[in-house]
Amino acid sequence: MNNISTDVDNAVTVRNVCKNYDNVEALRDLSLEFPRGQLTSILGPSGCGKTTLLKIIAGLLKPTSGEILVNNKPVTGPGPDRAFVFQDFALLPWATVLRNVAFGLELRGVAKSEREAIAEKYIKDVGLTDFEHSYPHELSGGMRQRVGLARALSVDAQVLLMDEPFSAVDEQTRRKFQEDLLDLVKNENKTFLFVTHSIEEAVYVSDQIAILLPRPSRVSEIIRPSGFREKEALNIRRDPEYLDIVDRIWASLRTYVE
Amino acid sequence: MKVFGYRLPGMSSLLLWALLWEIVGQMELTFFLPPLSAIFVTLMEIGTTKVFIKALQETGHAFFVGTFFAIVIGVPVGIMMGKNRLIDEILLPWVNMFLSAPLTALVPVLMVLFGFGLKSIIITTTLFAIWIIVLNSRAGVLQINRSLVEMALSFGASPKDAFFKIYFWAALPEILGGVRIGFIRAVKGVIIGQLLISVVGFGALFELYSSNFLMKHFWAVLIVLFTISFIIAECLAWLERRVSYYAAQR
Repeated sequence: MNNISTDVDNAVTVRNVCKNYDNVEALRDLSLEFPRGQLTSILGPSGCGKTTLLKIIAGLLKPTSGEILVNNKPVTGPGPDRAFVFQDFALLPWATVLRNVAFGLELRGVAKSEREAIAEKYIKDVGLTDFEHSYPHELSGGMRQRVGLARALSVDAQVLLMDEPFSAVDEQTRRKFQEDLLDLVKNENKTFLFVTHSIEEAVYVSDQIAILLPRPSRVSEIIRPSGFREKEALNIRRDPEYLDIVDRIWASLRTYVE
Repeated sequence: MKVFGYRLPGMSSLLLWALLWEIVGQMELTFFLPPLSAIFVTLMEIGTTKVFIKALQETGHAFFVGTFFAIVIGVPVGIMMGKNRLIDEILLPWVNMFLSAPLTALVPVLMVLFGFGLKSIIITTTLFAIWIIVLNSRAGVLQINRSLVEMALSFGASPKDAFFKIYFWAALPEILGGVRIGFIRAVKGVIIGQLLISVVGFGALFELYSSNFLMKHFWAVLIVLFTISFIIAECLAWLERRVSYYAAQR
């Protein structure tokens, strides 16, 4: 915290990114900044290019034009500074929880004993102790996403890219995940990019909300909730500012939802 | 299946057919169908002879070498076709053509190219087995969940890692299915090779027994062949069932 800079320190910067699929314009001249150590939600109706943007930042897709900077270095492909959490979990069905969590490290060539020790720690952190030797099909949806999260955490990337990570789990598990995510942002000194289509979820977990609108995709608004971020997790949902922001976002999105 | 409330063990129908065979055989309707019991007696007699053991070894050797190449070449080619659109476009017409081609008609050409020995028999066996293995491996790769591949890439997988740690395993249920059918086709291939190219192994036995109208011997060898390929196919089906738990959710 001793580097003094006048600008906000951005972990990820998106500059004038365009993405075309054949004749379809998925993203047009999109610029966005993601402050370090914070959680930024990318929120918008379906088809607004949220996931496309996240995959471009991950280096899984190439932008048609424009550039992405992670820690001020241009992105040319996937890198160890970013880790991805998938909507459908993307677990290896033939591997145990332990191997799945350690898989990112395995691909980076970390020795078996070392990577399993790291994986054990994160399996414990996400609350899956005693499930190390279970297979994904033996777990519930919520537990599977905990495995996906532990895998992303265990590679210790500074930037976590989460693509609608809670949309395939049930409502109660989802609320628990959202509370856990707040702790994670507080305790892990990482930058979170969080794609969601749930307005309540975005407002609940975010330091900054970027609202994307479709046809053509662009950032229409950036909202930074200020008042309730320091409150207890349980009190956020009845905070007047929380409710106001939820209403405001819905007012601007409703015309785009058919 | 249940009959009168009793649960019948698998393959009970074989017993029924064996009984029918025995009855028809005892009636001496045709020399083509001797009683099943007589066939088994003959099997016991010839099963221990040097000629039979040697034939079994020759056929087994050609069969396993042939299927080995079919798997070692067929699985990677199929996976590459599933992964890469260009390779797929180039190879798919050929694979489909050879899958349905009457390969037996090609055997004389193979004899000209590779001689009258073991090499041609092995190549015939491989040619019978490989195409379905290629197609099944390809089909296995084509249905891989896209996000598994993206996951591996996002964590920095090299192409080699992606091949061995994602594509191969994700396509394994289909690959095993292809190998199972490929093995069954290879049984046909090896016998045809041993009948047409050089008359050795089980092919020679079939040739010898049928041309001398030794039907008991003929059926005995056929039953051995059937039993061996049945056991191999069942072993592979068992392996397939072991990985099928994840076939539904890749």
